[in-house]
Amino acid sequence: MSNLFDLLVAGLATGAIYALVAVGFTLLWQTSQTINFAQGEFVMLPAFLMLAAMHAGAPFWFAIILGILLSMTLLGLAFKMLLVDPMMRHGVLPLAIATMALAIGIKEAVKQFFSAEASSFPSIVPTGDISILGHAVSLQSIGVLVVAILAVFGLTTLLNRTSLGHQMQAAAQNPTVARIIGVPVERMILLTFLINAFLVALASLLITPIYLAKFSSGEVLGQAAFIAAIVGGFNQVRGAIAGGVLIGVLDNLAAAYVSTQYRAAVPMIFLIVVILFRPQGLLGRAEERTV
Amino acid sequence: MKSTLMVGALLTAITTTGAFAQAIKLADVAELSGGGATVGTNWKNGIDLAIEEINAKGGVLGRKLEVTHADSQSNPGVARAQVQKALDAEPYVLLGPGYSGSVKVTAPLAAEAGITQIMGGEAAELTQAGNKFLFRTSFGQQSSMPKVAKYIHDDMKAKTVAVVWVNNDFGRGGRDVVIKELERLGSKVVADLSTEAGQADFAADVGKIKAANPDAVFVYLNEEESARILKELKRQGVTAPLMGETTLIGQKVIELAGDAANGARGHVGLTTDAPVDLIKGFRDRFSKKYNYVPDHNGLKGYLAVYMVKATTEKMGKVDSKAFADTLHGLTIKAADEPGILMDVTFDQNGDIDRQSFLVEVVEGKQVVKQVLPKVK
Repeated sequence: MSNLFDLLVAGLATGAIYALVAVGFTLLWQTSQTINFAQGEFVMLPAFLMLAAMHAGAPFWFAIILGILLSMTLLGLAFKMLLVDPMMRHGVLPLAIATMALAIGIKEAVKQFFSAEASSFPSIVPTGDISILGHAVSLQSIGVLVVAILAVFGLTTLLNRTSLGHQMQAAAQNPTVARIIGVPVERMILLTFLINAFLVALASLLITPIYLAKFSSGEVLGQAAFIAAIVGGFNQVRGAIAGGVLIGVLDNLAAAYVSTQYRAAVPMIFLIVVILFRPQGLLGRAEERTV
Repeated sequence: MKSTLMVGALLTAITTTGAFAQAIKLADVAELSGGGATVGTNWKNGIDLAIEEINAKGGVLGRKLEVTHADSQSNPGVARAQVQKALDAEPYVLLGPGYSGSVKVTAPLAAEAGITQIMGGEAAELTQAGNKFLFRTSFGQQSSMPKVAKYIHDDMKAKTVAVVWVNNDFGRGGRDVVIKELERLGSKVVADLSTEAGQADFAADVGKIKAANPDAVFVYLNEEESARILKELKRQGVTAPLMGETTLIGQKVIELAGDAANGARGHVGLTTDAPVDLIKGFRDRFSKKYNYVPDHNGLKGYLAVYMVKATTEKMGKVDSKAFADTLHGLTIKAADEPGILMDVTFDQNGDIDRQSFLVEVVEGKQVVKQVLPKVK
């Protein structure tokens, strides 16, 4: 029972990070039909930007701010202007392939200019335990969970309770009508890219102290978040959140109670089952398409 | 005609006297990227440092050493292709790889070419297949694991042990030997956990260890995964003493795991913290050149080159075909060849006999607790 509680807490913490990354997948898809296969690398890169700042002598708090700003500039603004906009007119598939190429480019660039070896990364959450229901739970797990929940809560509040959020949703749902009623669609799409860049930088800050900073660390994370987004529903933010948490918990429970050797297969099997019986995802909306 | 003959004779005389002596070409295939990047980078830097030192003192038998480095990407398939490419260039000796799985698939190629391979792998099976061209730079698991099991049973007084290992040739080989030895000594293995190379999340594995509540935990993973599991063990509050073999208490692991590495113990065949003056000197030179403290893989790479030097000087000639025969049964004394750092003997299988160390991580540093002498 104690073991199950520990596994659930660890799974929720990991799942919360998957959720942050998965939300980015759905936001980009909803606003610009972009499937970003470099999303995992987008999580890996900010940690290295922050490390580079620290190596240059910057204090940790300043490196975090700089890393987030650089992330928003490179992975938000530049990504949209230099890759998505030029590729968009060629369709979804060429754009998806371009993001795959970008993933390889980012990974190799980090390996070349930083290091092929893993590096440690400081945690924003202090080490130690607190007691919850008689169980010792690590502050790091709680911290990751709290920060991720706050970020998701902030995002959903922005989308559902503010004029800006309503404009963003309008731009995503029907850009033509949104333009007619005066919504600055292009600006809203850019804002979505910037939010995604902020979320991946936050995910990077939370997960790197646990997984270490390494050029290849985005592979697993990107794949898990992609599965989470599909399982939850690729066209719903709440679906991505649910999918992320579900995959995080499922992965931990499968490793403990099914098999460590087959743990990587369990989310995949789950994905296939969901696609077979509910193609739009658990909380997704079925979309009609004219053919 | 006469002048042509004279020029030919003159050229022959010049080349045989060594005025234009060709460099001795070594080939290195190592894990310069992928999961074993720490291993390969240290190994490569150790090689480069040794070659720089040897060449600065005039080389080997008056000839400079040269090395080409190739990246196996920590992948046995890539390692095989790189070794084949390296062998096609007919090197004097092949160095590497460091990963046992990569050594396993490349050793037959080097043996077929008749080229000696000096490698960093530690899996027991590597030197038990009758390959006469394969040599270790460190202990094989058949030498180290009995010492580990004995320490867990006798010194840690552990009646129950959890064993966590990485699911590759290195991990499986170590796991098989240590479990056999633990059971022979009377310690019960209450958790036998396989993990994957490159694994990032160890929460479930550590959860299983907690549930098993062992007296001690034996951790046998590669460097980066060792650091991750140490962090997770600390995160979940596992208080059982931790024991490893070489990787768990390596310099890179200590750097990556931070406080989580404190208290971990392990047996090491090589450590830069050894109370040996020659090793301290190596550590200083390496740190000065590369701006970081090497781990045991840096030592392995360094020793590999000095094995080449000592064996070649023993033969008195550069002869790749006779190299392996000369190294079998050879004892190299540090007094005669300081670059070998500690007296070492190579047996007929290519395994080594050398003193070793039991260490503990105290406040982010390896502290040698015991020195175990050479067996013979």
